[in-house]
Amino acid sequence: MIAFVIRRLFQSVIVMIAVGLIAFTMFRFVGDPVNQIVSIDTPREQRERVRQDLGLDRPVPVQFAAYLVRAAQFDFGMSYQFRQPVRGLIGERMPATLELAGVAAVLALLVGIPMGVFTALRRDSLLASLFMAVSLVGISLPTFLIAILLRYLFSVQLGWLPSYGRGDVVMLAGWSTGLLTASGLKALILPAVTLALFQMTLITRLVRAEMLEVLRTDYIRFARARGLRNRTIHFGHALKNTLVPLITVTGLQLGSLIAFALITEYVFQWPGMGLLFLGAVQNVDIPVMAAYLMLTATIFVGINLVVDLLYAAVDPRLRIAARPA
Amino acid sequence: MGLRRVVMAAIAALALLSAPASARTFRFAAQGDFKSLDPYTLNETFTLAMHGAVYEGLTKRGPNLEILPGLAERWEIAEPTRWRFYLRKGVKFANGEDFTADDVLFSADRVRATGSNLTARISADTQFVKVDDYTVDVVLSAPNPILHYEWDTWYIMSKKWAEANNAVAPTPPNAQTPGYAALNANGTGPFRLESHQAGVKTVWKPNPAWWGKPEHNLTEVIFTPIASDATRVAALLSGEIDWMDPVPVQDIQRVNAGQSTTVMTGPELRTIFLGFDQRSNELKYSNVKGRNPFKDARVRQAVYQSIDINAIRDKIMRGLATPTPLMISPLLYSRAGEFKRFPYDVEGAKKLLAEAGYPQGFEVTLDCPNDRYVADEAICQAVVGMMARIGIKVTLNAQPKAKYFGKVLAPSFDTSFYLLGWTPSSFDSWNIIYGMYGCRNDQGKGRGESNLGGYCNPEIDKLADQILSENDPKKRDDLIYQAYDIGQNKDVGYVPLHQQSLAWGVSKKVKVVQRADNQFLFYWATKE
Repeated sequence: MIAFVIRRLFQSVIVMIAVGLIAFTMFRFVGDPVNQIVSIDTPREQRERVRQDLGLDRPVPVQFAAYLVRAAQFDFGMSYQFRQPVRGLIGERMPATLELAGVAAVLALLVGIPMGVFTALRRDSLLASLFMAVSLVGISLPTFLIAILLRYLFSVQLGWLPSYGRGDVVMLAGWSTGLLTASGLKALILPAVTLALFQMTLITRLVRAEMLEVLRTDYIRFARARGLRNRTIHFGHALKNTLVPLITVTGLQLGSLIAFALITEYVFQWPGMGLLFLGAVQNVDIPVMAAYLMLTATIFVGINLVVDLLYAAVDPRLRIAARPA
Repeated sequence: MGLRRVVMAAIAALALLSAPASARTFRFAAQGDFKSLDPYTLNETFTLAMHGAVYEGLTKRGPNLEILPGLAERWEIAEPTRWRFYLRKGVKFANGEDFTADDVLFSADRVRATGSNLTARISADTQFVKVDDYTVDVVLSAPNPILHYEWDTWYIMSKKWAEANNAVAPTPPNAQTPGYAALNANGTGPFRLESHQAGVKTVWKPNPAWWGKPEHNLTEVIFTPIASDATRVAALLSGEIDWMDPVPVQDIQRVNAGQSTTVMTGPELRTIFLGFDQRSNELKYSNVKGRNPFKDARVRQAVYQSIDINAIRDKIMRGLATPTPLMISPLLYSRAGEFKRFPYDVEGAKKLLAEAGYPQGFEVTLDCPNDRYVADEAICQAVVGMMARIGIKVTLNAQPKAKYFGKVLAPSFDTSFYLLGWTPSSFDSWNIIYGMYGCRNDQGKGRGESNLGGYCNPEIDKLADQILSENDPKKRDDLIYQAYDIGQNKDVGYVPLHQQSLAWGVSKKVKVVQRADNQFLFYWATKE
């Protein structure tokens, strides 16, 4: 087991370096950061000076090496646009994104799994058809469109929920949370629903398909033959066996919820990391872009690792196979 | 029973706490944020306006851009090269320190220090001399009638505060720790900064110790940057914000149709124009080899006359633009009304092209930003279509501003034909005559720095030098007239298109002042 973890960690480092290299090459094509730092009528000497001060006149490989050395010490430099340490900026924004993604994931699971089980068990009922229709809409409409529709209805027309921002936040040991204030919770509803909708429909469909598959297997028939109660069969045996693919998908989706919440964040001006990243792209703020991409890669690598470990916990066959022969 | 009473009382108390009867919170949103609290790090309109709530300059500019006394009560030109400023007494910084001549001298050094983006506010050879605590002499090496034109946004900082907090110079871009002044503000202005989270939220409260009489009636101001156009519009329509800028052209009707919202429009100072590479011996992006058609004033005039400016105003700008014959806003030059645009005349343009030796036209690439000015890319597309009618086949290269400016600005000047917008930061013609009509060298240092296409006429250079040191306003306006007459009427150095309109989304509950330089100053805002 330990060997497995070490091997995975080693692979992760290689992945990170590759991501860094690709990101750094890409930045060449985003534009010139100096024009974003100074005003358009700035004299040329001043521009050149800024370029030199930032080390942007050095060859790209040298810049990349310098960056890697510092990133390895968790020093991501100073944001060009805000002139503040990138680490602090991302730290400030991270709670917003994690809360949004976390709430969306919980919402998706809490609604998605029961819906999936229901549609699998009562395949022909009217309600199940309705759920399937809704899930089809959820899976095919793009996020930003759902966001705009929801906002038009609930904030512009009805005026129930705020159209942007995070409401009031409370600081708890350096973590800014919007979960403890009324305005914070209200502000969370629309973005969380928007973000959860796709995941929810995905989970519904996945659970349904897996359940149908499992319900046809022999051990379910035997369970029925043994006269076990329906509830025990459905939830104790069938649902438990759909968990393996569900964990994989949920895990990977959680990564994308965090990393790619940026569309939802942009539409609702949710002050998370994604919004920070989009602003950085517009302003050619290379340190912020680089740190964000590295962080995203870390999150994916970390989640993959956790998912692999969870497999072992859920599926006894993997545990046995992992044991040295 | 007991518990219920306690709960009711608590709710009542909370309600009282959270909604004092006189609370007037003004909420507003804009596309971007101001990036630093240090008033010298970026010379950009919105940033300067935001600093203007907390900081003040020696002068101010009023609702019509008129120059008014600020921290200087009055000033006089004692000799042509020596100005005397009399400072306001009894002014205090937010931290309680008195404002004196020392702060002015300190700020004059700081604004010219490395790391400042506002070094052009005061030329390097200008000296500041303290006469007494409330009198400062400014000694110049040559007369300069527009010395104080940009001083409304040269904000005065406290010397003691800066020294105590190790913020004597602005934070340079390569600093490894943020400067104190970039994260804290200490000014003399009508508002005090309560909190600022970069890119998220900024809160101001009125400064009770301010020397002036407040023209606003606000108790709190909250600013949120909202990048998405649709979100900004929705926030305004739902009444969550009282002001926002800009309203996208396609949403103007919707905002005007809202029950409690309206769009405030007015001409902006910025001039949108087309420029030509007139310096290269061969255009880089063209099929004409061995010569440069844009060196010929007739070709430039042909391009000018091929453009149906009214169609651009009506169809693309939906009426929110004012066609212009000049490179400066008519609000900034008293004799602007004496100039006329060349008429839109396709036949005339074709004739001019034929005379210049291009009866069949030619091909050229137009560089254009697509996220900088109102409908910039659409304007360029229209220009492509209009120029095709006189036989010039234009290829459009529209890019985001981050790439566009890197391509066309100094030192690369990598363009044959471009669209740009310009506001003279001094609100004065000299900036344009020196910077955009001045002959430049290859590197584009000093004179002609913003003259991307390298237009050149030595007569204009001579006039620019005279304008710089002419103290008599009437003579000065005459010289400016001559320069524009040569640059536009004779040489057709540029094709000015229009002044775009400002479009602010405003709640009907508030009254704000719209200034043509697009500085939004909430110290003039009132709310019901």
